[in-house]
Amino acid sequence: MPTDPRTPEPLSLTTFTQGIWKENPVFVMLLGLCPVLAVTNTATNALAMGLATTFVMLCSGVLVSLLRKVIPKQVRIACYIIIIATFVTIVDYAIQAISLDVHRALGAFIQLIVANCVILGRAESYASKNAVINSFVNALGMGVGFTFALLCLGVVREIFGFGTLFGFELFGANFQPWAVFALPPGGFFVLAGWLFLFAYFRKRREASHAKEPHVA
Amino acid sequence: MSEETPSVPPPVLPSSRKLITALAAIAMISGLLVAVTFQVTAPVIKKNQQAALERAIFQVLPQAEVHANFRLEGDSLTALTSEQFADANVFAGYDANNTLVGVAMEGAARGYQDVVRVLYAYVPEKQGIIGFTVLQSSETPGIGDKVETDAAFLANFNPLDASLNEAGDALAHPIITVKNGRKVNPWEIDAISGATITSAAVGDALNDSAQAMLPTLMANQDLLVAAKGDS
Repeated sequence: MPTDPRTPEPLSLTTFTQGIWKENPVFVMLLGLCPVLAVTNTATNALAMGLATTFVMLCSGVLVSLLRKVIPKQVRIACYIIIIATFVTIVDYAIQAISLDVHRALGAFIQLIVANCVILGRAESYASKNAVINSFVNALGMGVGFTFALLCLGVVREIFGFGTLFGFELFGANFQPWAVFALPPGGFFVLAGWLFLFAYFRKRREASHAKEPHVA
Repeated sequence: MSEETPSVPPPVLPSSRKLITALAAIAMISGLLVAVTFQVTAPVIKKNQQAALERAIFQVLPQAEVHANFRLEGDSLTALTSEQFADANVFAGYDANNTLVGVAMEGAARGYQDVVRVLYAYVPEKQGIIGFTVLQSSETPGIGDKVETDAAFLANFNPLDASLNEAGDALAHPIITVKNGRKVNPWEIDAISGATITSAAVGDALNDSAQAMLPTLMANQDLLVAAKGDS
């Protein structure tokens, strides 16, 4: 952490990629796990949730960054929550207008994007200190990383839990769905599997670059 | 931007007026954005909801080509135009020869998680319910939502007896959900093993709605038969 927490970071490729890989909100930071576990029972739901969260993250990141010199430090969290809630409401209406089925599938979890700590975390630790363009790029990277993580879970759970992928039948009529994958425990199992995989690869890379200092 | 360095003492609080102004300004921007979005999306959302209901009507009444809208209130049944679709709670389906094939109505009951809302099809000729579709539910995926796909459960509606008693003011036999494999009478619903609560919710929804609607509906059957689909 720099001595002055308000030092802006220069725009670089890392601004975008850190959310996808090094600081992936789900697989590395383990943030926002509530929607990760709850609405990844199918790949379609996972994609819709990821896109909705990305949209909220982008818009709130830009607005927080624009207003970063206006918002008094003492009420900043309240301001961020209002801004985030605004865009969540907008997304809620937009999804209802695009597809009622998706809205029905995501249920209460659209409104709960407000409480997603990835978004508040981005507003507090990045957008409030950096220029608009940086915040946009960073939020986009985080959104892509979040969507990617949700898809990782959604694809596995849909294939095993329903025998379909994005609604298309993969196996014949004799396929017996493994219902536990579509249920909440399946979310934990699949998440654990992915975390294991990511941790395994990270350890292996660290072992092969043993001289390099540990970066987490 | 404040000029903070690690040695500076705690910052001075800005006046509360400044805090309140900032919060109020942000709240106003937020209100404006939400209001604009609502205005833009409200007609589309309403259209989507009506399209979904219309799809459900034709799904429960597969032989229907057109439907006519009615409103049942108390003891009276009134015909509505196709523009008044939003006010209707009874939808009569007609085939290509304009013969009444069935009536679709809504029912709701408490399920395992939340209210389960169904749209079911009643055929006056058979005095029975031939099918239903779930309009809204939060039942457990993979378990409770089987009521829409489980072949053995759907076989209950082939048809499910919903005939009126002699006085015509209630069902002759209330629709009840029985445990899996215990169905003996045509007005009983054989529950899905493992999804008993959702099965019972469907049964309750059908029973409550049929008890309330069917007496008036059957008393006004001529109106239904005479009407022609117009949409």
